[in-house]
Amino acid sequence: MYETKYHKASSVSEAVSLMGAADDGKLLSGGQTLLPTMKAHLAAPSDLVDVSGIAEMNGISVNDDIVTIGAATTHAEVAGNAALQKACAGVADLAANIGDPAVRHLGTIGGSIANNDPAADYPAALLALGATIKTNAREITADDFFVGLFETALNDDEVIVSISFEAPAKACYAKFPNPASRYALAGVFAALTTAGARVAVAGAGDDGVYRHADMEAALDGNWSADAILGVSVGADGMLSDMHGDAAYRANLVKVMAGRAVAGC
Amino acid sequence: MSEGIGARVLRKEDKRFLIGKGRYTDDIIEQNQAYAAFVRSPHAHAIVKSIDASAAEAMDGVVAVLNGAGLTGDGIGNIICGWGVTSKDGSPMNMGAWSALATDKVRYVGDAVAIVIADSIDQARLAAEAVEVDYEALPVVVQSDAALEDGAPQIHENAPNNLIFDWEIGEEDATDTALAGAAYTTEMDIVNNRLSPNAMEPRAAIATFNEADDHYTLYTTSQNPHVARLVLSAFYNVAPEHKLRVIAPDVGGGFGSKIYIYPEEIACLWASMKTNRSVKWTSDRTEAFLTDAHGRDHITHAKIGFDKDHKIVGLKVDTKANLGAYMSLFSSATPTYLYATLLSGQYNIANIHCNVKAVYTNTVPVDAYRGAGRPEASYVMERMMETAAREMGVSPTELRRKNFVQEFPHQTPVIMAYDSGDFAANQDQAMKAADYADFEARRTEAASRGKLRGIGFSNYIEACGIAPSAAVGSLGAGVGLWESAEVRVNPVGTIEVLTGSHSHGQGHETTFAQIVAERFGLPTENIQIVHGDTDKVQFGMGTYGSRSGAVGMSAIVKAMDKVEAKVKKIGAHVLEASEDDIIIEDGAVKVKGTDKQMLWHEVGLAAYTAHNIPEGMEPGLKETSFYDPSNFTFPAGCYICEVEVDPETGTTEIVQFVASDDFGTIINPMIVEGQVHGGIAQGIGQALLEGVVYDDSGQLLSASYMDYTMPRADDLPSYSVHHQSTECPGNPLGMKGCGEAGAIGSPPAVINAITDAIGNNDLSMPATPAKVWAAIQAASAKQAAE
Repeated sequence: MYETKYHKASSVSEAVSLMGAADDGKLLSGGQTLLPTMKAHLAAPSDLVDVSGIAEMNGISVNDDIVTIGAATTHAEVAGNAALQKACAGVADLAANIGDPAVRHLGTIGGSIANNDPAADYPAALLALGATIKTNAREITADDFFVGLFETALNDDEVIVSISFEAPAKACYAKFPNPASRYALAGVFAALTTAGARVAVAGAGDDGVYRHADMEAALDGNWSADAILGVSVGADGMLSDMHGDAAYRANLVKVMAGRAVAGC
Repeated sequence: MSEGIGARVLRKEDKRFLIGKGRYTDDIIEQNQAYAAFVRSPHAHAIVKSIDASAAEAMDGVVAVLNGAGLTGDGIGNIICGWGVTSKDGSPMNMGAWSALATDKVRYVGDAVAIVIADSIDQARLAAEAVEVDYEALPVVVQSDAALEDGAPQIHENAPNNLIFDWEIGEEDATDTALAGAAYTTEMDIVNNRLSPNAMEPRAAIATFNEADDHYTLYTTSQNPHVARLVLSAFYNVAPEHKLRVIAPDVGGGFGSKIYIYPEEIACLWASMKTNRSVKWTSDRTEAFLTDAHGRDHITHAKIGFDKDHKIVGLKVDTKANLGAYMSLFSSATPTYLYATLLSGQYNIANIHCNVKAVYTNTVPVDAYRGAGRPEASYVMERMMETAAREMGVSPTELRRKNFVQEFPHQTPVIMAYDSGDFAANQDQAMKAADYADFEARRTEAASRGKLRGIGFSNYIEACGIAPSAAVGSLGAGVGLWESAEVRVNPVGTIEVLTGSHSHGQGHETTFAQIVAERFGLPTENIQIVHGDTDKVQFGMGTYGSRSGAVGMSAIVKAMDKVEAKVKKIGAHVLEASEDDIIIEDGAVKVKGTDKQMLWHEVGLAAYTAHNIPEGMEPGLKETSFYDPSNFTFPAGCYICEVEVDPETGTTEIVQFVASDDFGTIINPMIVEGQVHGGIAQGIGQALLEGVVYDDSGQLLSASYMDYTMPRADDLPSYSVHHQSTECPGNPLGMKGCGEAGAIGSPPAVINAITDAIGNNDLSMPATPAKVWAAIQAASAKQAAE
């Protein structure tokens, strides 16, 4: 690891000002992606601003069907939260299957969506749930937030504070893991929300997480795995790598979508 | 005796590992220690035009930056392959030069061009990045078949078309004639996928030059420290043997990858002399993927013929073996004498011919990896047998049984003379344990759940107990493959056994102690096994090829024979009895049929006080043996794998895995079962999960666990492990060896099971979900077309 300066922020505003003062600062939360990248000499931030201890960025609340998750809340906390299990078990179950126990006790929801790894799980959930991402500066809808591979609508130095969404009538995530990394080779989050059926796909698309309009249309008014059978999923626009070509990923998207719907 | 042969004694070595007191190379700290980092080529093939270390040398903490010109200038020799293989036209193999630090050219990504020595590891790594190397990139080839084509990039000047040797075994004309007259033939293209060994402990070295004595000490992660010292002295000119001590302390797994002497050890020794500092290097995981010798990587075409009664009449095999960019220590033997000599499998085959072309490519060197040639042979043979049975419409178990060798000794047409075995007994035991009779009902039940269930067999044989020295010498080996042992009985009766075998996970401290306990009736806690230090053990050939039981323990037995003879003489003298009446049991030396006895420690004391020993006898009680085996040993067995495939995703679940092995005498069943479990895990890893992938430019895509699928616990089933043993006639304990069997026997069983399940035989390893799904699609498309 190259030399870097570590700062522990105690508030969102302190984090923002520390980032503003840094040459090339990076926010550090669980560090499950950033630290290995730095160890491999693939990233060399001048400063690390640790937001994991900021009170307003931690914890889960469910009020009047609105779920709010602090950005620095770990996957393990999300997985184990009783109120969330009741309001939206699909998200809690998704968190329970990220990485391994060590990752889940350090990695955070804010870190995951800020990185927007195309094979990460949370972006699909937030997109399907129509979640709102609250930062120090504004609120961004999930549809606007996820821009492309490792790309989000966040500005430099912008800090995610929390994520909120309305508890859906139904929601479930089905993931087919990459055999090596266990990230999603294809993961589908299907949700029945007040805005209708929403389906988001992780791991498969060559431009990152995306919503599947045809599946949403098929599921509106017919929430069943059978509805998915009639949807055609093509290989165009799918990622292709040593773990699975585009045709295989297209197949997985359809199979996982069916399993997600059947699972709720 | 509860701790003797056959007892499930808990591993004596585990205490120190479980309490975190293991002593691995990286745990060792020398005074005045500096750290090494290597400057490695990012190119798979390039000319090194210049190296500018001026910026690096000026950095904080940097002691020195040394390169290949300096190394060769100081007379450090090139790295050698220790086994000469001759091409069928009589020409010697074309071995290209391999300098520990590249001078003119780099030939794979990770090839070292310079070593940076600094006060801290971070300083060394930062300085290594600051070394500026001017490369001129050259065209690259990574696959063996492409490397042999005309116009392929030329990797070593003295190996035209990258061909190292073109070797054959067996009678080609007779085999062709037999195949031409066959009633049935089966032909297949078979790829044995390239693997990365991934020992839990990465390679490491710490070298110390002592200026006062002109003496070097090297701690290193080696499976054979004496061989390392021999090669470092005789070929690399680091120091003469009496001025070089090599210690392999606790070593965390080897699987073959730690047999070889790598550039890093050589460079650290030389750098220690140049800088007058202890120089330590510990590989990180990325370096391990890039630079540890890989395994397998064969491309094979094979044809087998049967007569009208389904008896095998001939087998013809053509293999291209990728040896990577340089010839590693045993790289030539692995795809020849450790591979083609096992192509007779468990079967009576009159005619076998095998041709092997060994090929340079722009990839890391390939050498022996758990099984070493024998997994490749059993994969060819057992895929062929299963496929032939399907094509002829006969039972795969009956086809094998009909062709089993049943009389021993059995001379195959490919050198090996099998000494013992009962292949039908292993098959019977495995089929019963797997409840094969009920399989079709299970298949039907699985289908009702939408799953494709299949079953596959593998009847492997391997040659272990490596090896009779004269035999391997005649085949080109540069060393003898005997083993040494020294049994020291102390004056108080406790025993130290010094062995040339090396334990890096095998449990020698337990099993070796058990055979001493058995012989003298002592508790294992009174017995210490000493290994891994050239200053303590006089010489040894180390541990690989499942040789430590059959060869290493046999040497201990021979040394114990001599101890016993002397003890009996002392006992007879002191107890005033005839030597013929002396027996040793329960820790005492007794006169048969009387109550006269000396306790074991009294014998030890008598030998060392020498107050009352037979006239003319030398004092002391220490004996040495060098044991050279008379033949290889031939562990064999039958493995059955049962799988369920999810046709929607191509995911394979192994629902049953049965092993029935013939290892001869078993010293500690618990440790043997552990070896079988680990071997099968690696075999299933090869079959389902693991595969090294280089892209066309020679970049290693599978360079981390994000892309190289190491088996995890939840990828693996519970194993049903059984033994059905015949005693090995070739060594005093009747042992055959167990370390590699699991890795040798399991891959064909897994692939045979999946191809049975999906109804498409065209499937390569690793059978990832993506590949299995594609094979299912291809099968349905074919069915639809028909």
